[in-house]
Amino acid sequence: MVVTCEQVWHEISNYLEGDVDATLRSAMDAHFQTCKRCSSVLEGTRNVIQLYGDERMIEVPAGYGRRLEKRLAQSARVRSKPWPTWSTWMVPLAAMALFAGGLHVANSVAVAPQLKSEHAQSGHGIPPDMKVVVTADARLFHAPGCGVIHNKDTERTLTAKEAIQQGYVPCARCLREYLHTASAGHIALEWEADALLDSNE
Amino acid sequence: MAEPKFALHNPDPAGTTREQDLIAQVQHGHNELFYELVRPYERRVYAAALAILRNETDAEDVAQEAMLKAFANIRQFRAEARFSTWLIQITVNEALMRRRRERTVVMEGIDERRDEESDYAPRDFADWREIPSEALERKEVRQKLADALAMLDRKYREVFVLRDMEQLNIQETAEALGISVASVKTRLLRARLMLRDLLAGGWDKGWFSRLPFEKGSKPW
Repeated sequence: MVVTCEQVWHEISNYLEGDVDATLRSAMDAHFQTCKRCSSVLEGTRNVIQLYGDERMIEVPAGYGRRLEKRLAQSARVRSKPWPTWSTWMVPLAAMALFAGGLHVANSVAVAPQLKSEHAQSGHGIPPDMKVVVTADARLFHAPGCGVIHNKDTERTLTAKEAIQQGYVPCARCLREYLHTASAGHIALEWEADALLDSNE
Repeated sequence: MAEPKFALHNPDPAGTTREQDLIAQVQHGHNELFYELVRPYERRVYAAALAILRNETDAEDVAQEAMLKAFANIRQFRAEARFSTWLIQITVNEALMRRRRERTVVMEGIDERRDEESDYAPRDFADWREIPSEALERKEVRQKLADALAMLDRKYREVFVLRDMEQLNIQETAEALGISVASVKTRLLRARLMLRDLLAGGWDKGWFSRLPFEKGSKPW
C-alpha cells in the first residue's frame, strides 16, 4: 500500500492517536521515511500536542484557587469539620420535637414525638449521662453488652450525650425502651438544644 | 519509524489510589476533603470553561458552579469513570448552558457539513523537530501559544482543548460537546495542523512573524 502526502495529512491526527489500522500505519511509516515535508508535519503536530498538553499551559487568574476554595467552603461547608450526622439529623428532629412539644403543651396531654422510624430517633429520653459504647465505622451507639455490636475491638465508652453530639444514633435493639418514652422528652430536648448550640459554635 | 515516539495522553497513575480514597471519604460524608479532591483539577476546570466561554469572569464563575455541582452529585460518581473526566464533563455542560443562555445559538449543522466536505493542507513545512522543553517556563512562550489557540474558530478550539489539554478521549469529547465522533476527529485534525502551521515557522525566528493566515480567514 502506498499513500500520498494528502492522504498522510488527512490521517496524521488519527496516526498520532493510534487510530489507524496496521496496513495504513505501515504505509505511513514508509512515507515518513522518504518524505521530508510530511515528516516535518508529523513532528510539528506531535510538538503541538505535547506543548499544549503541559499543565503549565493553563493560566488561571490571580486568586482563582483561593476564591474557589472560599466559595466551596461557604456554600457547602467543605472546609469545616465533617458535617456531623448530628446536625443533619438534629435540625429536622428538633423542629419536629418542638412541634410535638407545642402540641403537648396546648393539649396538656403527654404526647410523644412521633417520628417516622425508630432508627431516625436521636435518643430522646436516654439519660444524658448514661454510659454507652460506640465502634469505628458505625453510626450507632449501644448499651454496654448489646448483642449487635460489630467491630468490638474498636469499641470505646462515652456518655449518651457525647455520643449524640458526635453524630451517633441509638441502637434500636438495646436502647429500644428509651426510644418510645416521652416522660423525659422535655429534659432531653433541653440538653439536645444545648448540644445543637454547641455544634453550631 | 515503526511507532510514535510517545504514548499520547497516557494518564499518570500516581495518586490514583489517594484520589479513590478521597472520593470514598467524601461520598461517606467527609465533605471537608472535597477541595483536596478537586484541587489538582481546578486549573483544568477553569481552562475548559474558558475554552467555551472565552471570558475570564464567566469562566471562573462557571468553574465554581461546576465544582459545586460535582460536590452535590458526588455520590452519583461511579468508580468506572475517571474523576477528572466526570468533572470536566460537568464543567462543559455548565459552560454550554451558560453560553446558550447568553448568546445566539450557532448553526452547527452548517459547520459540520463543511467539516466533511473539505480537506486541510499544511501551509508551512518548516522543520520543527526539537521542542525546547524548558520553553514553557517562559511566560512569553506560553502567551504566544495561548494567542495561537485563541485564533482558532470556536469549534476547533473546543475540541482541541478538551482532547489535548483536558485529556478527554475522542468519545468523551464527542459526548461532552454533543457532536459526532467523526466531527471530533475532523476538527481535531484541523486544530492540530492549524496550530502547527501557526507555530512551526516562528519557533526559532520570532513568533508569528509570518502567519499562514489571519484570524477569521481560513486557508481551506
